[in-house]
Amino acid sequence: MEKFTLNINDQKLSIECAPDTPLLWALRDQLGLTGTKYGCGIAVCGSCTVHLDGTAVRSCSLPISAINERAITTIEGVGKDELHPVQKAWIAENVPQCGFCQSGQIMSAIALLEQNQNPSDADIDQAMSGNICRCGTYVRIRSAIKNAAKNNV
Amino acid sequence: MKPNTSNNKLFKVSRRDFVKIGAMGSTGLILGIPLACKQNKNTFLTGREDAVFAPNVYISILGTGEVQLIAHRSEMGTGIRTSLPLVMADEMEADWTKVSIIQAIGDAKYGDQNTDGSYSVRMFYHPLRVAGATVKLMLMQAAAQEWQVDISECKAFNHEIVHSSGKSFGYGYLTEKAAALPIPEESEVTLKDSKDFKFISKETVIYDLEDIVTGKAVYGLDKQIPDLKVAVIKRNPEAGAGLKSFNSDNATEIDGVSKVYKMEATAFPMGFNAPLGGIVVVANNTWTALKARDAVEVVWKKGINAGYDSNVFMEQMQRSVQKKGHVKRQEGSATKALREAAKVIESDFMVPHLAHSPMETPCAVARYNADGTCEIWAPVQSPQWVQQAVAAALGIEEPKVIVNVTLLGSAFGRKSKPDFVVEAALISKEINAPIKLLWTREDDIQHDFFHSNCAQHIKVGIDKNNKVTSWVHRSAFPSISGTASPDAKGPSSDELCMGVLDMPFEIENVSCEALDANAQIRIGWLRSVHNINHAFAIGSIVDQVAQARQMDPIDNMLDLLGSDRKINFAALVEGFNNYNVKLEDYPCDTQRFKKVVQLVKEKSGWGKSLPEGQGMGFAAHRSFLTYVACVVEVEVDDNNIKIPMVHYAIDCGVPVNPDRIRAQFEGGAAFGASLALKSEINVKKGAVVEDNFSNYHVARMADAPINTAVHFVENEEKPTGVGEPPVPPFIPALCNAIFMATGKRITRLPIKL
Repeated sequence: MEKFTLNINDQKLSIECAPDTPLLWALRDQLGLTGTKYGCGIAVCGSCTVHLDGTAVRSCSLPISAINERAITTIEGVGKDELHPVQKAWIAENVPQCGFCQSGQIMSAIALLEQNQNPSDADIDQAMSGNICRCGTYVRIRSAIKNAAKNNV
Repeated sequence: MKPNTSNNKLFKVSRRDFVKIGAMGSTGLILGIPLACKQNKNTFLTGREDAVFAPNVYISILGTGEVQLIAHRSEMGTGIRTSLPLVMADEMEADWTKVSIIQAIGDAKYGDQNTDGSYSVRMFYHPLRVAGATVKLMLMQAAAQEWQVDISECKAFNHEIVHSSGKSFGYGYLTEKAAALPIPEESEVTLKDSKDFKFISKETVIYDLEDIVTGKAVYGLDKQIPDLKVAVIKRNPEAGAGLKSFNSDNATEIDGVSKVYKMEATAFPMGFNAPLGGIVVVANNTWTALKARDAVEVVWKKGINAGYDSNVFMEQMQRSVQKKGHVKRQEGSATKALREAAKVIESDFMVPHLAHSPMETPCAVARYNADGTCEIWAPVQSPQWVQQAVAAALGIEEPKVIVNVTLLGSAFGRKSKPDFVVEAALISKEINAPIKLLWTREDDIQHDFFHSNCAQHIKVGIDKNNKVTSWVHRSAFPSISGTASPDAKGPSSDELCMGVLDMPFEIENVSCEALDANAQIRIGWLRSVHNINHAFAIGSIVDQVAQARQMDPIDNMLDLLGSDRKINFAALVEGFNNYNVKLEDYPCDTQRFKKVVQLVKEKSGWGKSLPEGQGMGFAAHRSFLTYVACVVEVEVDDNNIKIPMVHYAIDCGVPVNPDRIRAQFEGGAAFGASLALKSEINVKKGAVVEDNFSNYHVARMADAPINTAVHFVENEEKPTGVGEPPVPPFIPALCNAIFMATGKRITRLPIKL
């Protein structure tokens, strides 16, 4: 067990855990941030997507010991005061079905739009290819991303 | 839909209970036990905020005006937690912004809670309308009494009872008085005219929408209670086979591990409730539990299915369907007609095992208490079944098991099986502490209740006048019942009623046959169940028949459906099962069937000319009492398949929540794309080969349809299922589109070009 101080959603939070603990389980089990979901544990489904210095990463495969000072943003840190435009676009399209994967989808979509303000269908396919939705909300995710882009995220 | 098995008792019991409760409605008690209906003429309006008016188990109005509506079905993504409450809200003229939705625990007083088989709306639409309308009537009676006017001068409007003079009372203010009134007979209650609907057939967003997009929604995996430990189980790769020995020394050395012990396995066929057994690892947190599980050394035993190889089994099934099977439906003489046919079209069709792989893996929180009660929080489709299964496993009475239903991170039928909750309850009792059991994705994919793999052969005879005169359909697949009973040797009639025996074509000579195939792995019902296999085969052969007849596929379909009629399958098939409802109430009406076919033709731009490498395919299928026609467009480029557009035309009766119906069809097409293009479970030596989304592939953004349009046939028929019906016709429509684009016929899933 080691002590780590993490910069999560603009807060310094300390936890004690094994250094190889994936960020996902630290967030969920120890910090009560359960908006980030477990889906596969091997970084192939995207349910656990968070931002590390603004880049989308899979928290299930990111050991706590590798994070250091870098800023972590989870779904709970997005639109804390007011909903983020991507969240608003998700609401406008009524995107979720079961909703379980949507935290990860939203985190990937925000990261995409921060890099590319006007993504093509192919850009969306590529950026979102790591996020599985078993309910199949892909049609609406695509529309929501396009609408959010139009509204200049 | 589940077939009859010994483990399916709950389904039957619940249905009976529902009917019993429903019958009470006619004597004045709507759908359950009245909680506050003692007549007391001396009640006056005081506006007490702590007053409660709860005339039935589904609806309460508080003195504050808040309306609490019970969602007694499980929310797994269909929107049912919104769609049924909005039915009540509409009839009671409630203001939706003043409605709170309360998720019901598992309790027989709510009637059937088994969220499965696409029947939630079908079964509860009418009773919940009556429940809402009764509340409205009582509020009107209360106001009329208070004003001492005739009730005809009062009407309900947006959470108020308004008198013709303009004065009004809010619902909250009326609760005390309404609660003192006797509950009226159903015959006194008037339902709204459909033109007055405010929520039914209108667009209502899902109740949990904002919680979901902000990460606040609570699924089973998110549930926290004090002192919760985490458990995972190391299981024998062969379901039901036990273990020889294990060594947990390395595991127990890990800091934070509290217990490692053996849970007994139940031998195959173990049914749907029994834990698979194995080595249970309990730890302070998930990561520690996972590491400790890896550190446990186990020597497994081999069981009765150690030789199971799904490829060999498929070859056996394919061979078996070349010969005549057990005839389950027969008209005329197909053999004779085939002999005399000018052309015979025939093909085999193969579908592999499939896994449900819901995004949220099976998981459950259980707390076995010192007083002998057990509380559960879990993402389950059938909380009453869970209650029964847990009570039986713990040896306690059912009322001592409290099953709280969380949101379900999708389910597709997996979470109607109680096995994982039983495991959690047993572990909590064993360690005498609250635990959360996690199934990892590997556990989920390797130890699922798999979709039946299936081989079929269809043979169609066309006479010299280009008329289809014979139809032979043979299907071989392991029965779901085989998971519970060693006596289940192959498809049951109930299972064959999902596509084979309910074949709707007007053909003179018909033979529908079943071939034996025994379950050697846990088999379960997956979204759309056997309709997946059968619609794939039928929709594909029908396209070949159109080609052979040199007919447009849609014209061919309309011709095969034949004259306008309600098909009396009961006269054609012994013990015909029409999704557990009477054919008289929900007939297979070829007129309605043809209407969806014509509608999809009209809306899809069917017949337009397409560039090389593109194709349009069509298929139609009735399942779960809903008629669906589908046109899929594909672009095939260097064996890469893209699906730019899907059109569905559907007749599901009154569309109660159209946005959620469209969502089910959009998602159904994507689910179909997974099954058609990606997914396959292989079993070797009794163990599943695939173990995560890295090798059990499902549709991702680029694989799924880019657009899906849903066109409704407008009518006022009784609502029918929408969760499962989208999947079956999509797959053959896609295959037929691929044929048009490439000239290749697809006869085996997943598609390999």
